[in-house]
Amino acid sequence: MSTKRTDSNGYTIIFAIVMVVVVGSLLAFFANATKEMRVNNDKVKTQLDILNAMGVDATRANATEMFGQYIKQQYVVEGTEATENSEAYLIDVKKEQEAAKAGKTQKLPLFVGEKDGKTVYIVPVRGNGLWDAIWGYVALNDDLKSINGVYFDHKGETPGLGANITESFFKDDFKGEMIFDAEGNYKAVEISKSNGDPNNEDKTDNQVDAISGATITGNGVAAMLKKGIGLYLPYFETLKK
Amino acid sequence: MADNKQTEKEPLFSKKNLGLVKDPLTDNNPITVQVLGICSALAITAELKASVIMALSVMFVLAMGNVVISLMRNIIPSAIRIIAQLVVVAALVIIVDLTLKAYVPDLAKKLSVFVGLIITNCIIMGRFEAFALGNTPWKSFLDGIGNAAGYGLILVVVGFFRELLGSGKLFGYEVLGNPVEKTWLYSIGYENNGFMLLAPMALITLGLIIGFQRSRNKSLIEETH
Repeated sequence: MSTKRTDSNGYTIIFAIVMVVVVGSLLAFFANATKEMRVNNDKVKTQLDILNAMGVDATRANATEMFGQYIKQQYVVEGTEATENSEAYLIDVKKEQEAAKAGKTQKLPLFVGEKDGKTVYIVPVRGNGLWDAIWGYVALNDDLKSINGVYFDHKGETPGLGANITESFFKDDFKGEMIFDAEGNYKAVEISKSNGDPNNEDKTDNQVDAISGATITGNGVAAMLKKGIGLYLPYFETLKK
Repeated sequence: MADNKQTEKEPLFSKKNLGLVKDPLTDNNPITVQVLGICSALAITAELKASVIMALSVMFVLAMGNVVISLMRNIIPSAIRIIAQLVVVAALVIIVDLTLKAYVPDLAKKLSVFVGLIITNCIIMGRFEAFALGNTPWKSFLDGIGNAAGYGLILVVVGFFRELLGSGKLFGYEVLGNPVEKTWLYSIGYENNGFMLLAPMALITLGLIIGFQRSRNKSLIEETH
């Protein structure tokens, strides 16, 4: 078989360059064309997630309106100081965590919501599951000791196993659970495999029932809660006084 | 080229062309016979819904990718053909991902794990290499649809048994009763088999399907040496 024109080195290099330029431009065009919609979708999703943590059912269509209705104040907490900021929900928790690792003060968004005449404090949390990042929002009752509701999400946990942290059967277990033990020490909430309380009737044991086959994701959720809520404790102390 | 002449005479849905779609469903199934794409079949079949979503995404990427590779088959230098194929499949997957994120963000969220898995799916590179590089776009399109359907069929069957026996649900609906409140089947002592949700049972389920298929069609059994 004679050598084909397409087999020469020159042709191969030119082909590779042209292919990269064409595919690169095509992808850049697509990314740009959809950027505005994607950014907007992400904003609405954040509002939905915060509402979800405090137990408000909103849809994408009415999320912004409901967010304005239920979330009364938004703060940025730094240490024991809090400043009001109407766009605190746009703070990128991941970037702030990285900044904290680099030694800078972490800006912590805090949302004060009101539902059925009760005030709730909603804080974002972020950590690692088995495969990738997990994150969520925790709504605390106004005693700042018990959980009103949670919202969890993940990037790539196993469907049917770790991915079940987003399901209501798991999230509902957190409702009413205490984050301090009987002596008043901060414990957050552990995910327990040998829980003698599978229906989660005891809200003072700082434990909820684990998901079978998702040990590492469960441990990730517990660690994320402990660290995430813990960051706000200095500020919460000032609120209690 | 020879294959070009053939298609000129051939009707679009000739027996041979339809065979391209039908064969991968049974006797030339990419998973059970060619043993390709096993990784994703094990990873995502714990839920039926995930299996269906994965099957549809792979169908789009494989059919489109096959057409693109087939259109480019005479200009791709053989030295870098694998890289060229990889670029095409990665670009398609990213375009699908971006479009979904912009227009159907909730669906995109559910798909995100699987979209990434498509790039590593052996069936796609396998079909590009074995079929699209030597055939016309229309045939390649049919071949892509057929192989993705054959792949999807097995995914759905495995997903069906794993979700039904593992969590007593289908598409997330409790079909066997409620395991916590002990209704229906659970009231007479039935328990979910949690093992079905783990990857090893996916492999065993797949093995049973392969065994069943070969018991029905002896020609698929390889001769022992």
